[in-house]
Amino acid sequence: MLDLLIILIKIIALTFCVVLPLVPVSVFFERRFCAIIQDRVGPNRVGIPLTLFGFKKDCSILGIGGLVQPVADGIKLFLKEDFTPKHVRKAFYWLAPALTVAPALITACVIPFGSDISLFGYTEKLVIANIDIGPLFIFSVASLTVYGIAIAGWASNSKFPFLGGIRSTAQMISYEIALGLSIIPVLLYFGELNLSTIVQQQAEHGWLLLPLWGHDATHTLVSKLLFWFPAVVSFLIFTISIFAETNRMPFDLPECETELVGGYHTEYSSMKFAMFFMGEYAAMVIGSALIVTIFLGGWSLGFGTDVWISQLRIGDFGYGGFIHLAIFLAKVVAFILFFILVRWTIPRFRYDQLMKLGWVIFFEAALINVFLAALIVAAPDLTAAITAIGAVLLIIVTATIIWVARVSEVKPPILRA
Amino acid sequence: MAVVKLQRPKLAPGEQIYLTALLKGFFLTMTHAVKSLLGKSMGAKELASSGLGVTMQYPEQTWDSHLPEYYRGAPALVTDEQGRERCVSCQLCEFICPPKAIRIVPGEIPSDDPWAKVEKRPAEFDIDMIRCIYCGMCEEVCPEQAIFLRKDYVITGLSRKEMVHHKDKLYQIGGIRTGLVNKWNELK
Repeated sequence: MLDLLIILIKIIALTFCVVLPLVPVSVFFERRFCAIIQDRVGPNRVGIPLTLFGFKKDCSILGIGGLVQPVADGIKLFLKEDFTPKHVRKAFYWLAPALTVAPALITACVIPFGSDISLFGYTEKLVIANIDIGPLFIFSVASLTVYGIAIAGWASNSKFPFLGGIRSTAQMISYEIALGLSIIPVLLYFGELNLSTIVQQQAEHGWLLLPLWGHDATHTLVSKLLFWFPAVVSFLIFTISIFAETNRMPFDLPECETELVGGYHTEYSSMKFAMFFMGEYAAMVIGSALIVTIFLGGWSLGFGTDVWISQLRIGDFGYGGFIHLAIFLAKVVAFILFFILVRWTIPRFRYDQLMKLGWVIFFEAALINVFLAALIVAAPDLTAAITAIGAVLLIIVTATIIWVARVSEVKPPILRA
Repeated sequence: MAVVKLQRPKLAPGEQIYLTALLKGFFLTMTHAVKSLLGKSMGAKELASSGLGVTMQYPEQTWDSHLPEYYRGAPALVTDEQGRERCVSCQLCEFICPPKAIRIVPGEIPSDDPWAKVEKRPAEFDIDMIRCIYCGMCEEVCPEQAIFLRKDYVITGLSRKEMVHHKDKLYQIGGIRTGLVNKWNELK
């Protein structure tokens, strides 16, 4: 009974008080940051309404004057007319928005938000479901999002949403392969699928991309630095695939305004549209949380400070987990800012470029990276000769793949006068 | 030559892998971001920015001092040096007004008035500011130089009724204007 209660509290606290508020916050950051990049101001008026509570001025310091703007937007969308066109397939039309939001929020349950919290002798991990198949669970649930988008496109019964839905389906299926393959080196390295344990290991022995502390016999500096290269390749492929999975720029072809009006949500209005919007941003939040968890040390502050933070306590209450939660959120927000920077920097890809990048470059690169990582991880247990043979074979295979990719590339025909 | 022969640009090896272009792009956008936060964006000074980007933030800052001489704001009626209404209600502006925003009811000046020889002045003069397109035709066409487009641009109201400028409001905006039309002035 108590276990159930604790799980319920965790669901409410972590999903609805941590992940969901991050959605409007990232919308706010998106608008402010893009405005600043474009030499504008952005929403800066709808501040925290302190005047309602008897203060003299609304809070507008540190550029957070517009922090409540997403709330205003939400109210606006809520009050708009919820228009269902006559020509749609009703049941699916109503189902689709929920299908895009729900998977994104469900995946939040395996993300470790912080280290342990102890109260009255109980110790609880700040993760809703501490299961041993973390990344697999996230992939399997997150790929359900494509159903929401595909169904939205089909149920709208109109050509532009349909094209958007098809594009999204093709794109997500293509990049899921690269996404899944790119994470295998990491799993090989940690020998673990439980995200909490992965983060714990990173806290003790250095983040995957910053392995500078916690060296011991099984985690030597040399082995960690050797693994750094496949880790960076993994990180690049994984991050870019996450961009494609969340339909963010530069891969936002499903909602490419210049070609498809609004994309798969063209026929949606009011709160249903807002659900798509929310689902997109929730996917972005979860995506960056996943990247931070796997590659950038999750909740750990690094440099061996985590043990000290974990031991902080007031009487019976070990509050170190909350500090780790704050660190985790700071990292996630920083990564969301990176998402935003990318969106306002890189122009949209053409569709054939997108497919080529997914199938010809990332798929192969991720595959080679798996073998490279396997070689590096296994090298200490193998004789030098076998390692060398493996390396040579890998180089040959890589060269072959590059050659095949080059040869098979269609040259654009030269235009003749 | 009707057909132009195009050749795709040759890319350097660094450009082919796209990453250098990405980094250049990030550098460009971040430079913009930092400059905009410091209020040093290009053109911030000339545009009198608020210190964030190049934007002037409206209610606190207004662009009144930046208005050009030829700015066309709210149309208004003017009186001359002696306090006479310049408008003689010839209704030319009413006829020329493209959106038909002006409505004039001509009225006669009683014979005991010192300006009796002008004969007419508007009994009512309404400009519907919802319809007005600030084209300046009225100012252009007025033979008496009685209507001018001022630099007022904050024209607000909570109803359509409030957005109609009546005669007294028009004179209030317009004020006194000296010069040029002297044909009714006996002293000159």
